Amino acid sequence: MDKSFQIERFCHIRDNRILLNGETIFETDQTDFSSFIKAAYKTLDVDYSKFFKMDNLSKLAFMSADILLKNETEKNVALVLSNKASSLDTDRKHQKSIADSTNFYPSPSVFVYTLPNICLGEISIKHGLYSENAFFVFDKFNPSALLDYTNSLLHIGGTEKVLCGWVDFDNGKYDAFLYVVAKKGTFAHTTKELIRLY
Amino acid sequence: MSELKQELKEKIIEQLNLEDIAIEEIADTDPLFGEGLGLDSIDALELIVMLDKDYGIKLADPKEGRKIFESIDSMADYIAEHRSR
Repeated sequence: MDKSFQIERFCHIRDNRILLNGETIFETDQTDFSSFIKAAYKTLDVDYSKFFKMDNLSKLAFMSADILLKNETEKNVALVLSNKASSLDTDRKHQKSIADSTNFYPSPSVFVYTLPNICLGEISIKHGLYSENAFFVFDKFNPSALLDYTNSLLHIGGTEKVLCGWVDFDNGKYDAFLYVVAKKGTFAHTTKELIRLY
Repeated sequence: MSELKQELKEKIIEQLNLEDIAIEEIADTDPLFGEGLGLDSIDALELIVMLDKDYGIKLADPKEGRKIFESIDSMADYIAEHRSR
């Protein structure tokens, strides 16, 4: 079952670098995430004004997905993402804004990102996807769980491709590894290969 | 009044994360929603919070926002008349 599908392409965002299929496509000396992702947005010509309204997890997921889906014509692409920190980074921001009852001004634009799967909505809106989606919270990158879920989506037949992977943001630390699984591709869609590519 | 309008433009750009818009690009009469600055419903809620937090104005009926947030001009007029801080 595992060998029925293949990985078309993959993207990493970590350590101030963005890589597509293992090749660096963007790198900067900017060490903080917001400067890094803003520089990437401008260099990679993303051109989506709503980008700056997103929280950091959504910016990370959106950027990785945009690189992989930029030239994708298939619209039946399911989204299956996962991470460890859920939306904790934004949850803390929201909690801080409601901690003092004498200075109680929660921000609606922060509150809307206090769920990790909101980033799936951002990707779907940009790329016009009305597809299946799921967001899992694991202790660490869990290739076998992602592989089983992705293969079952593709086997059922309602999905042509799956964009899946790991997108984690917490306290300024970030790590994204997203990949597209399809019937034909360049890399085997196996747990072993996912561990190697990650 | 022109100081208040300038202040509002700065706050809107900062609080609504309008990274690709400069203060000079916002005219006092520009519509803030729709074809103007293109603000959305979450931005409208953020503006209601801003009125409360920065100017001590609580909107009892959020529908009032429709008229108040038409433009920088209408916002400045409303704030000047109703502010408590």
